[in-house]
Amino acid sequence: MASRLAWGLAVVFAASAPFWMSGYHLYQGAQVLIYAIALLGLNLLTGYNGQLSLGHGAFFAIGGYGASILIVKLGLPYYVAIPLASAVCFVAGFLFGFPALRFGGLYLALATFALAVATPQLLAFKRLDFLTGGSEGLHVPKPGPLLGLPLSVDQSVYWLCLAVAIALFAIAANLLRGRVGRALVAIRDHPIAAESMGVDAALYKTICFGISAFYAGVAGGLDAIAVGFVSPESFGLALSLAFLVGIVIGGLASLGGVIFGALFIEFVPNYADQLTVYFGENAKALPGAVYGVMMIAMMAVAPMGIAGLFRSLAQRLRKA
Amino acid sequence: MNRREFMTSAAAMAIFSTPARAEDTPGISASEIKIGQTMPYSGPASAYGVIGRTELAYFKMINEQGGVNGRKINLISLDDGYSPPKTIEQARRLVEQEQVAFLWQCLGTPSCLAIRQYCNERKVPQLMCSTGSSALDDPEHFPWTSPANPIYQNEARIYARYILKEFPNAKIAVLSQNDGFGKDYLKGLKDVLGAEHAGMIVKEATYETSEPTVDSQVVTLQGSGADVFIIAATPKFAAQAIRKSYDLGWSATRIVSNVSISVTAVLKPAGLDKSKDLVAAQWGKDPSDPRWKDDPGMKEWGAFADKNLTHAAFFDQNAQYGYGNAVALIEILKSCGDDLSRANILKQTTHLSGLELPTLLPGVLLKTKPGSYSAIRQMQLSKFDGASWQLFGELIEA
Repeated sequence: MASRLAWGLAVVFAASAPFWMSGYHLYQGAQVLIYAIALLGLNLLTGYNGQLSLGHGAFFAIGGYGASILIVKLGLPYYVAIPLASAVCFVAGFLFGFPALRFGGLYLALATFALAVATPQLLAFKRLDFLTGGSEGLHVPKPGPLLGLPLSVDQSVYWLCLAVAIALFAIAANLLRGRVGRALVAIRDHPIAAESMGVDAALYKTICFGISAFYAGVAGGLDAIAVGFVSPESFGLALSLAFLVGIVIGGLASLGGVIFGALFIEFVPNYADQLTVYFGENAKALPGAVYGVMMIAMMAVAPMGIAGLFRSLAQRLRKA
Repeated sequence: MNRREFMTSAAAMAIFSTPARAEDTPGISASEIKIGQTMPYSGPASAYGVIGRTELAYFKMINEQGGVNGRKINLISLDDGYSPPKTIEQARRLVEQEQVAFLWQCLGTPSCLAIRQYCNERKVPQLMCSTGSSALDDPEHFPWTSPANPIYQNEARIYARYILKEFPNAKIAVLSQNDGFGKDYLKGLKDVLGAEHAGMIVKEATYETSEPTVDSQVVTLQGSGADVFIIAATPKFAAQAIRKSYDLGWSATRIVSNVSISVTAVLKPAGLDKSKDLVAAQWGKDPSDPRWKDDPGMKEWGAFADKNLTHAAFFDQNAQYGYGNAVALIEILKSCGDDLSRANILKQTTHLSGLELPTLLPGVLLKTKPGSYSAIRQMQLSKFDGASWQLFGELIEA
């Protein structure tokens, strides 16, 4: 009950933001929602199903570039382009799921890591220049006002991201509540026991990979229109690692956790950069180090992620 | 409203609508000029972060000396991790939240391209971008965006002029990287050679940065019988091309792009003896060259580095680059006088009529004009004597 109330309040708060936030803060808000969608996908795969991916930036990139190419080169509207690009991501993720079946644990992490390393180079590959714009990237036109309402671009993009995020969260929650969710978790915890209970592990794992990639693809597509620009540098290794940081900090196998994870990867690097100001110009070289210290502190305080922290606090309150 | 009231209100309106007072521009007050910048302090390009740090240190020194016309320089330099989405976020923060007067020296081709549309729509000057891509020098479509680095095309144009003058019957072979850098280079060469001399280029070859070596390209180019070999390559590949062309016994005049003239990073790995007689264009003073030991400009830079940075920073060409650009900005702001409107700051930056910098070769002056914002368009050729680069000939205009 309490958690429903929290979700309700969060949605009301998020939906009202465009009435009182500046364009710049709405841009940041849209980024948080986009990261939350991508983290949700990764959490389905890694948190719930136990398949470690270090390469989700690659699916994010396919979604981003896919949508951009459809919008810029074919002139499709974004509400057609993003679903199409996301469908491509689903297929790509599903197909990647097959070799992933043969890799366990760290080997899968390495295989997906390779994906993340290869992505920026493939995007800058010469023969694909006519599609991708090469190293100079693609400019994506801003979408028109949502539903023809008198809104600014920032408001439209933010509400679009919010609507999509709510829908995708609802779908994920629904999926996890039923037999699919139980099967995914069972495969993570006891693969042999799950199979002997009649769970088709191969099918569930590949489909989970597909859905996870689909979520990343939707996020990538939304990111392309929110940012208005895609280039190989937008989808570097750092992005994939940030996603992993996001789900671990937010809390593995937690839907609410991904929101905290998204807030963390969006805002904490900025704070790390601002903190360096207090140590003089030469400390300007150290935002990465400050970020690292913050991350370690976070893990020390909340080893089960922020969602885990809330859970244990709630338990203590109940006992008291 | 009676007549007298009308007159006073009209007079009041006239007072308040006097053109472009400094206080009307965001970020400009009687005591401060607020400037924004994005810089990759973290991430894959963090080696460039020293540029921002040098610039911050320089403005601190200027402020201690009293600032520009009594106004302190407040440079807000934010980390974007070399990621375009972050660059947009930071640029919006600088423009919308911090209310800076203009953006200056934002680093990186993709980052600058990502925010170009935004800056031009809002008419916020995006000045002296830290990149040599010709895409950032497009005043016709993006009048509020200007580059700081000499664009690659101009360097290539200078080689073409040199070849036309010294080797009018040359047969040219070109090795270039298959990206914007290589394409800019070829365009510059072909622009100067024109249709009349287009046939002088007898063979072109390109490479991908993912290739392990360019040996086969060099063999093919030698097979064309060319007697001038232009190497438009980044350091690793330039070193390979220099060594291979020597090992093949190819006696062509070899011209190497300025991005690959570092003695330690390119010529030593290639072999100093094998690098002898290479030709390259230069515009900056090389801090490791003893020729500039007593040069006033370089002494100034050395003293500044020792006092505010580290001694090692003096030899860091990125730090030197930041220093030169910071000096240039102060001169530009001085030339704005009391009219610090965005339009005038842009105008002063794009109408430089010959600004001298302590870090540039004697005679190389910053010149910009409305149709072309790239400021460094003069260079001098140099030849490698087996130990260091020796300048020769006159300055050549691109």
